[in-house]
Amino acid sequence: MSNFWSWYIIVLTVVFLVLITWLLFATRKGQKPDQTTQTMGHAYDGIEEYDNPLPRWWFMLFVATLVFTVIYLILYPGMGKFPGVLGWTQVNQYEREVERAEARFEPIYAKYRDMSIADVARDEEARRIGQRLFATNCSVCHGSDARGAFGFPDLTDNDWLWGGEPEQILTTLRQGRQATMAAWLPVIGEDGVRATAAYVRSLSGLETEGADLERGKQIFATNCVACHGPEGKGNHLLGAPNLTDDVWLYGSSTMQVEHTIRAGRNGNMPSQAHLGDDKLHMLAAYVYSLSLEDK
Amino acid sequence: MSTATTPTAYNYKVVRQFAVMTVVWGIIGMALGVFLAAQLVWPALNFDLPWTSFGRLRPLHTNAVIFAFGGCALMGTSFYVVQRTSQTRLFSDSLASFVFWGWQAVIVAAVITLPLGLTSTKEYAELEWPIDLLITAVWVAYAVVFFGTIMKRKMKHIYVANWFYGAFIITIAVLHIVNNMAMPVSLFKSYSMYAGATDAMIQWWYGHNAVGFFLTAGFLGMMYYFVPKQTERPVYSYRLSIVHFWALIGLYIWAGPHHLHYTALPDWAQTLGMVMSLILLAPSWGGMINGMMTLSGAWHKLRTDPILRFLVVALAFYGMSTFEGPMMAIKTVNALSHYTDWTIGHVHAGALGWVAMISIGAVYHMLPKAFGREQMHSIGLINAHFWLATIGTVLYIVSMWVNGITQGLMWRAVNVDGTLTYSFVEALEASHPGYIVRMIGGLFFVIGMLLMGYNSWRTIRASKPAEAQAAAQIA
Repeated sequence: MSNFWSWYIIVLTVVFLVLITWLLFATRKGQKPDQTTQTMGHAYDGIEEYDNPLPRWWFMLFVATLVFTVIYLILYPGMGKFPGVLGWTQVNQYEREVERAEARFEPIYAKYRDMSIADVARDEEARRIGQRLFATNCSVCHGSDARGAFGFPDLTDNDWLWGGEPEQILTTLRQGRQATMAAWLPVIGEDGVRATAAYVRSLSGLETEGADLERGKQIFATNCVACHGPEGKGNHLLGAPNLTDDVWLYGSSTMQVEHTIRAGRNGNMPSQAHLGDDKLHMLAAYVYSLSLEDK
Repeated sequence: MSTATTPTAYNYKVVRQFAVMTVVWGIIGMALGVFLAAQLVWPALNFDLPWTSFGRLRPLHTNAVIFAFGGCALMGTSFYVVQRTSQTRLFSDSLASFVFWGWQAVIVAAVITLPLGLTSTKEYAELEWPIDLLITAVWVAYAVVFFGTIMKRKMKHIYVANWFYGAFIITIAVLHIVNNMAMPVSLFKSYSMYAGATDAMIQWWYGHNAVGFFLTAGFLGMMYYFVPKQTERPVYSYRLSIVHFWALIGLYIWAGPHHLHYTALPDWAQTLGMVMSLILLAPSWGGMINGMMTLSGAWHKLRTDPILRFLVVALAFYGMSTFEGPMMAIKTVNALSHYTDWTIGHVHAGALGWVAMISIGAVYHMLPKAFGREQMHSIGLINAHFWLATIGTVLYIVSMWVNGITQGLMWRAVNVDGTLTYSFVEALEASHPGYIVRMIGGLFFVIGMLLMGYNSWRTIRASKPAEAQAAAQIA
C-alpha cells in the first residue's frame, strides 16, 4: 500500500468517527432532562413527533462502542499501514496456531517415525490415526471405506496401478501421479477401437461374441504393448493397469472400454506433500494395511 | 378502476398495483423458499433437471423475495407515504406507471433467465447486463417520481420516513451501478470489471448495503409512517430520529468486509469492517426504540389490533437481528459462524421477522385505504396470519441456530492426534433434523401469506370505484 492510500484510509476513518461522535453529542445538546409530551410542532398526515431525550442507556451503549473502536484500532491493524501495537496479522495468527498444534501433536507422530511402514501398518493405534487422516484427506475421492469409485482406484483390493510396496505408496502420496492413456481413435479408427476393446475384454474372460478378436490382438500388439506389456499385465512404472485381472477403473462394459480406447483417460492423483512427512508416513502405512491380509 | 387525475387527489392507482403485487410476489417467492428447503431435506426434489436444481432456483428465491416482494412493498408504500406526508400528488403519473410496469418486467425477466442458468454469479446481483440496464432506467424514474414529489410538497419540512426512503433510493442506485459494472461478451453473458479480492470487496460492499439500504433503511421509512399511524401516537423522539438516521446510513457503507473475515482481503479492511459493524448496534437499536416507544400509552391496542402486532413484532425481530449482526461481525465469533447455517438463520431473522412482518403490517393498513375500504375483509384472518408468521419465523431461526452452531463445532473438533473428528458429511447428516424444522417453519409462513392473499382478494372485490376515488382525495 502506498503512503497516499494509507493516509487516505486513516483520514477518512478518523474524520468519519469524529463526525459520528460530534453528531451524537450535538444532538444531545439542549435536550429535556426527562420524558416530555412536548412535540416538535409539526404534523405529517396527522403524525406528530415528541421532543424526547436520547435514552441514557442507549447513549452509553453508543459511546461504549466508539471507545472500543478507538482502542481496537490502536491494538490491531486497521489504520492504513499502521500495523497495530499488538503486531497481529491473520497470517501470523494462523502460523501460531499451526505451531501450537505441531508442538502438541508432534510427539504422537514421533513414536512411529523410525518404524518401517510395514511395521506401522501392523500397529493398531497407528492404523486408527491413519484412518482418521484418510477420512479427512482422501475419502473425498477414494470413499470413506477406501473402496474407490468410478475413476478413483479401490485401495483395498491389492491391485496396484503404481505399485503396492510401502515405498511406492509413499511416493504416490508425496509426489502425486499423473496417468495418461492416449486417445487412439485417430490412429486405429472406429473399427479398430471396437476390435481392440473386444480383445481387451477377452483378456479378463468377458463375453466378446462376434468380435474380430484377431484384428484386436494385432492392434494391441502394435500399439498397446509399450505400456500394458505383451500379455496386458500392465506396468507399475507407468501406472498402466493390468488388463487381465477383471479390475476396471473406468468400467468394463463394451461401451466404457471402447470410450477409454477411443478418447483416452487422464487419471490424476494430487500430491499430498503439504501434509508433511510424519502424516504421509502414517497414511502410507494405513493404505498398505488395507490389503495386508492379501499379501 | 381509475383515480381521478385532478390535482386534488393522490395517485392511488400505482399504490394499489404495487400493494397487490407485493402479496402475489410474496406468495411466489416464499413458496419457492419452502421448495428449496424441501430440496435440502429430500435432494431427489432437484429432479435431476438443470432448471429445477437448487443452484438455479436459490437465486430466483432471493431475487423474488428481496426485489419482487420487498421491492413492490417499498415502492408501493413509499409512493403512498410520500404523497400523504407531503400532501401532494405524485410528481408524474406516467413515470410512476413506468416504474410499476418496468419493475414487473425486471422480475419476469429474472423468473425466465435464472432457471435457464443465465447469471452474472454475483450474489443478490445475478441478473445479466441487459436486465441491469432496465433496472437502472426504472430506478432513475423511481428517484425522479419520489424526489419530484418531495420537491412539490405542501409541508415546510420533510418527514423522517421520507429521509429513509430517500437514502434508500439514492444509495441503491450507486450500489447497483458500481457492483454491476461489466464487459458484455454476448446478449446473455458478461464479465465483471473487477477481479480477485477487489471483486469480492465490491461484491460485499454491495451485498451488505443491499441489506443496509434496501432491507433496512427502506423498511425503516415504512416503519416511521405505519407505526405511529396505526397506534395513532406521536413518534417517540425526533432527536433519536436524527442521530440514528445519519449514523445508520454513514456506518452501513463501511460494514461489508465483515463478510470476508479471514480471507484474501487485507487485514486493515477486515478490521474496519468489524469495528464499524459493532458501532452500528446503537444506531440500529435507535430505530427499534423509536418505534417501540411510540407505543407508550397505547400498549393496550396490541390486545385487539393484529396489524399493530405485526409491526411491533417486526421491530422486536429487527432489534434481535441487529444485535446478532454486530456480534457475528466480531472475528472470533465469525470464525465459528461463517459458512454455517447460522448465517442463513440470521438473514431470515431479518428477512422474515423484520422485512416481511413490517411489510405485511403496512400492507394490511394501506391496501384497504387505497381501495377505499374501512379495513381488511377479515381481522380474524390477519390474527391467524400473525401467529402463523411468528411461529414460522421462530421455528426457522431456532433450527438454523442449532444447525449453525452444531456445524461450526463439528468442523473444528479435533481428535487427540490432531485429526478432524468429523468428516463434512457427518456434519451434514447432523443438520438433517434442523432442515426439516426449517422447512416446516417456512411452510407456516407461506400458509400465512396465502391467508393474506385470500383476505386481500375479498377486500378488493368489495371495493367500489367511487369509494376508491373518494379515498384518494387530498384532505
